[in-house]
Amino acid sequence: MSGATPEKEYVESVSKLDGRVPSGELADKWDKYKSSMKIVNPANKRKFNIIVVGTGLAGGSAAATLAELGYNVKSFCIQDTPRRAHSIAAQGGINAAKNYQNDGDSVHRLFIDTIKGGDYRAREENVHRLAQISTQIIDQCVAQGVPFARDYGGLLTNRSFGGSQVSRTFYARGQTGQQLLLGAYSAMMRQVAKQQIEMFPNREMLDVITVDDKARGIVVRNLKTGELETHSGDAVLLCTGGFGNVYFLSTNGKGSNVTAAWRCHKKGAYMANPCFAQIHPTCIPTSGEYQSKLTLMSESLRNDGRVWVPKNKDDKRLAADIPESDRDNFLERMYPAYGNLVPRDVGSRAIKKMCDEGKGLDPSGRAVYLDFSSAIERLGKKNIADKYGNLFDMYETITGDSPYSQPMKIYPAIHYIMGGLWVDYDLMSTIPGLFVLGEANFSDHGANRLGASALMQGLADGYFVIPNTLGNYLANTKLDSVSTSSDEFTSVKNDCKEKTDQLLKIKGSSTTLEIHRELGGVMWDLVGMARTKESLEEALEKIPKIKDKFWNDLYIPGDSDSLNKSLEHAGRLADFLELGELMALDALNREESCGAHFREEYQTEEGEPLRNDDKYAYVSAWEYNKDSIPILHKENLDYKFVKMTQRNYK
Amino acid sequence: MSEVISLNLQVWKQSSNEDVGSFEFYSVKDISIHISFLEMLDVVNENLQKEGKEPIAFDSDCREGICGTCGFVIDGVAHGPLAKTTVCQLHMRHFKNGQTLVIEPFRATPFKIVKDLVVDRSSFDQIIQAGGYVTVSTGNAPDANNILIAKENAEEAFDSAACIGCGACVASCPNASAALFTSAKISHLSHLPQGKIEEDERVKSMVTTMDDEGFGSCSNHAECEAVCPKGISISNIALMRRNLIKTIL
Repeated sequence: MSGATPEKEYVESVSKLDGRVPSGELADKWDKYKSSMKIVNPANKRKFNIIVVGTGLAGGSAAATLAELGYNVKSFCIQDTPRRAHSIAAQGGINAAKNYQNDGDSVHRLFIDTIKGGDYRAREENVHRLAQISTQIIDQCVAQGVPFARDYGGLLTNRSFGGSQVSRTFYARGQTGQQLLLGAYSAMMRQVAKQQIEMFPNREMLDVITVDDKARGIVVRNLKTGELETHSGDAVLLCTGGFGNVYFLSTNGKGSNVTAAWRCHKKGAYMANPCFAQIHPTCIPTSGEYQSKLTLMSESLRNDGRVWVPKNKDDKRLAADIPESDRDNFLERMYPAYGNLVPRDVGSRAIKKMCDEGKGLDPSGRAVYLDFSSAIERLGKKNIADKYGNLFDMYETITGDSPYSQPMKIYPAIHYIMGGLWVDYDLMSTIPGLFVLGEANFSDHGANRLGASALMQGLADGYFVIPNTLGNYLANTKLDSVSTSSDEFTSVKNDCKEKTDQLLKIKGSSTTLEIHRELGGVMWDLVGMARTKESLEEALEKIPKIKDKFWNDLYIPGDSDSLNKSLEHAGRLADFLELGELMALDALNREESCGAHFREEYQTEEGEPLRNDDKYAYVSAWEYNKDSIPILHKENLDYKFVKMTQRNYK
Repeated sequence: MSEVISLNLQVWKQSSNEDVGSFEFYSVKDISIHISFLEMLDVVNENLQKEGKEPIAFDSDCREGICGTCGFVIDGVAHGPLAKTTVCQLHMRHFKNGQTLVIEPFRATPFKIVKDLVVDRSSFDQIIQAGGYVTVSTGNAPDANNILIAKENAEEAFDSAACIGCGACVASCPNASAALFTSAKISHLSHLPQGKIEEDERVKSMVTTMDDEGFGSCSNHAECEAVCPKGISISNIALMRRNLIKTIL
């Protein structure tokens, strides 16, 4: 037991959590393991039904690949078509250790950059596998017809991203996520046409069904008709993305949510490192109370854009009228080795520091400049337009200002969640048969994700990891046939119906938007970019009060028998409220700073995060404990191949 | 310029495809000109809920103009008055105080109305299933740089591949043709050596499916190009027709 107030209590498990990593040398581990796995023979694959929830890069690539192998795949998404999953909004690029630029890149270097970028809180072996697979991903995507950027000779070209000193990011203008997702989507559609994938759009997963303690099915709500359906399978793959929307304002799509993952958590899947939430430094600042979401300006802009504030905080001149000598290019000043291309967590904190010192720009004081004037002077306007044209246009559409003639104004915003459901090396959660892929799992990015690594991980998990590890599970596991008319299925479905009815019955006066905004405010102010013991304890007092308001004063118009956006939102918000508490608890427990998790009490003299490897070199995996306090399981990060050091981007 | 405006909205309300819909009037006051069109509708819906009334159903997700989820017709123009802009990226500074706006769903026989401004565009998935892909399974790919692609071809392929599948082209076409959507995918893959191999089969199959799904024929009105939020060119349609004729000759 720890802490004084009952809200923040938890019990610590005595046994250590095992990631079940195969033995052997780091570089050979994955290949050796693959060759030792059991394989389902081709004739038997068609006897297995696999449920894949989510159709972003992880879910789309997994569904397509498993169907190609001959499994029967049932694919579910909340959008009206799989092509709209939020991976589509990723802008800048995808990393791969191809070393096409001959600048010294290698699998080992990508591995080290990712481990270091994650501030030594990721599992070494998973990250090495990711770096290894990265090169195959590019091959696969090119073969599908993804139109990556090319040089005049017809070869692929690269750009640089934060946290790396080589140029290894492949891109398709500022729409890399869109093009990769459409690649996976087209591969899926080929399998739908072959009837190897059965597609269920407009479905929201509400629960997982276990039979003999194994994941064997799901309950979904048809968002168009309101009907609850149950589906059975031999394994369930959760590819449902991240939960940044717990902060209300984020760069996530409006529909992105934690519900599928949270309901699995409540059925026994541990939630790992939920407090590791990435705040992206370059987003368009908030403009008013009715703002519904934040828009990212790709990290690739920091290749040519310089981040600055006026040296004198009372300097009210227009940006163009402030000479170089009166500008503080603070990232270049603070981090000369990486300059404007420091990792995201470092950049975000530096911007916050400037604004906290009163140097932020008008009107809110919560913005800094991202300036292209010297790049335009150096490379010409056309060159800059070729590289960033669509991003500049997007900025102008939203703000009414043109970045060609005046600098962008930017401020950090919630963007990505490194934490997620705990998985072992096979990507299996603590519920056997429930696999978790992509942003929904916790495994590869530690406490901070490097730019252009999310697309890499989603596709690595779906195209190359799960086809192997799932086969191994199926070949080694005894799975009896199950029926959706069995008690296990009908009782979970009834629970879901009851929960929906309960929401509709409240009939209070607060809307879901009002309550979500309130939760978001608490999360951003108290569990955001900088946290303290006091702020986290305050959050743990405030969130239960918002939860009470939700369950006593919520108003949802309409009924559950047709399209009802308010009802959908309410169900998701109920889970965000519970998740928010666990995030605060996780942040409170971790008495160190690492990556995106910055506890003000733990910093170096220069204001950099101060890790405590002796006490906190572990993954916090939380077990849900109905009607009682959560249980903390620890997976020790016992680094065998990399030496943990203080990150230094100076 | 004032920072807030008031508007009169005439919005199409229809509870399902079987229902007969009609316009409803909403008077909207003191809307900040800095918010987006969808955020304006969020405010309207918030107020409706406060009055115990049913909100206006509309769809959106990324609100960055890339997912293609949102879309409706404002004063007769798909995605509204601003060129190359989805409704989620359309900001209220482009409207005048006191303006009356007519808001309707994307109308076309293959796009059934789900509710109010939400339509079913699953027929687009059917068209892609008919051949909008390269036949390549995971794991077979050669090294990416073994396939050389001239920069201009890669750029042209990208221009076509930028389609977000929103359906504005269909909604704006007097024939409800899906020619721009279909041809954009055909053109994307035809500009690349990987996609060239299956070119003939693809165009035949995708065009047939487009017709089977109930979309009309293209008669060169070019309304689709005018409203396309991604600026997809009708030259894609010309390429699709050329390829189709080649398969017959």
